[in-house]
Amino acid sequence: MGIIPIFRKELADHLGSRRFAILFALIVLAGVSASYVAAQSIQADLAQHPDQSFVFLRLFTASSGSLPPFVSFVAFLGPLLGVAFGFDAINSELARGTLGRLLSQPIFRDDVINGKFLAGLAVISVTILCIFFVVGGLGLRMIGVPPTGDEMIRLLFFFFISVIYVGFWLALSMLFSLLTRQVATSALAALAVWLFMAIFVSIVSGLIAGAIYPVTNSSPVQQQLDHATLQGNISRISPANLYSEATEAILTPDLRTTGPVLLSEAQGMVPGALSLNQSLLLVWPDLTATIALTVICFGAAYATFLRQEVRTL
Amino acid sequence: MAVLVETQQLTKKYGERTAVDGLNLTLEEGEIFGLLGPNGAGKTTTILMLLGLTEPTEGTATVAGFNPQREGLKVKRIVSYLPENVGFYEDISALANLRYTAELNRIRRKEAEELIEEALEEVGLADRAFDKVGTFSRGMRQRLAIADVLIKRPRLAFLDEPTLALDPDGVNQMLELILKLRRERGMTILLSSHLLEQVQRICDRIGIFVKGKMVALGGIEELGMQLSNNGGRVVEIGAEPLSEDLIATLRAVKGVKAVERSQKLLLVSSDRELRPELATAVATAGAKLHHLRLQTVGLEQIYFRYFREN
Repeated sequence: MGIIPIFRKELADHLGSRRFAILFALIVLAGVSASYVAAQSIQADLAQHPDQSFVFLRLFTASSGSLPPFVSFVAFLGPLLGVAFGFDAINSELARGTLGRLLSQPIFRDDVINGKFLAGLAVISVTILCIFFVVGGLGLRMIGVPPTGDEMIRLLFFFFISVIYVGFWLALSMLFSLLTRQVATSALAALAVWLFMAIFVSIVSGLIAGAIYPVTNSSPVQQQLDHATLQGNISRISPANLYSEATEAILTPDLRTTGPVLLSEAQGMVPGALSLNQSLLLVWPDLTATIALTVICFGAAYATFLRQEVRTL
Repeated sequence: MAVLVETQQLTKKYGERTAVDGLNLTLEEGEIFGLLGPNGAGKTTTILMLLGLTEPTEGTATVAGFNPQREGLKVKRIVSYLPENVGFYEDISALANLRYTAELNRIRRKEAEELIEEALEEVGLADRAFDKVGTFSRGMRQRLAIADVLIKRPRLAFLDEPTLALDPDGVNQMLELILKLRRERGMTILLSSHLLEQVQRICDRIGIFVKGKMVALGGIEELGMQLSNNGGRVVEIGAEPLSEDLIATLRAVKGVKAVERSQKLLLVSSDRELRPELATAVATAGAKLHHLRLQTVGLEQIYFRYFREN
């Protein structure tokens, strides 16, 4: 199996690299500060209403005015992690002149891209797992409420979907590293997509929805509803929004719906937490779409790599 | 001698452009073959096809009895490739780079350590094994590339421009090394280069490759003969004064076909050795002879001749 040495080499490269050290520090810093602020607000809340469930999960979702919640940090910084380990996967080998040497060894061609992708995914998993433990440990110490079994399973889902989400960015940036010869170009291309998805999609979706269904305070209900639905659907182009929606539902059992709710619909709703099944069902489309995007991106990178002429690679 | 590499009408087209055009090439076990041609002649494409890294548009290739397209892994197990502009992972040591190659070839750890030590010894880099490749000079990298080629103990090695961008000293070391590989390990070597002087020095046979076509093939003497048959021998004569009288005297020498004036020299063409007669003729004409040289039919002439023809 040619994939094993490649996986091992890439893993060692990533873990020993400076970019890993920098990103890891950045993400730990963001995670710790976000959960610290969250824990503080949970502490204050618990003092007033001691009888609450799913307290532990709120470490990951709660925010105060000064800092966004932990999940938002992952949604925003996760792509950076993926891009960092993928943007130079292939074209740097080409630039260094190591690709020809590598491909002339007795390995299958796809071992190279598979090994690189899996190594990137492994580093991403380790990083996310580490940060979970850091956040969990810090939170446990501050709020003193241990997670329940249900919460642990929800966190496990959160972990998997986070890895897949960051994996999407890894696959995307690897695809760019195949399509452009210059390392700087592929990095910039990946970052441009990231910025577009993270910031502009929300703005653009608002603009388009506003153009098709203009709304004012006095607009009819149907118009306002259409506006909100369209805006939501357009913003779901962005994997960041899909991911945010999915994790929100998984980590907030009280959440009943991802779209707009009419007051009349909310009447008669029994307050209470959804079971895990129901929470998953709520964001099933988001989950499958995120997984599909990752698979499609990797598939495209895989096919490109296998078909490309070595000379033009 | 067994035939190790054989191609039949091997052709590669990139869209409209034909990179390799109907190549028929045979490599025998134990020989050093030089693929000589200008940049962009299709040398690298040929090597890539022989390795199974590029698919031929037409024709077939056989390497050690295997088809590189269908049995690429088997070919790559016994063939080493030194790419043009070869590179290494800069931030790890030479040793670590070679270990990676050994791992990719699934060589056991213990055996690999021995092979690596031996290879580094061979190329004279044993004392730099633990240094990062980033600190290596161009010549050292190229020697490390040879060590890398040796790790899998290949029967056959494709060296693509192994002397590119080396200083004269580096070139000498590289050529010596290549000769040593054949001598001590019995390796068959296919070498590509655009520098004829180097190819001339170490290759048993040479193929001149221009615009995807093999325009001449054979030993250096053979190629020289091919040219001599057309052009004959040319003797350069430098004499003082270079009068018309002298030229007429030289023309009168038996066997001289033509005398041309080229700046301060006279070029005398003939079919056979005429230098003693020519020297005498110069003296007879009352001129002082200060230069007399037979133009050697080196590869240079062969090379440029084919260049011009194409």
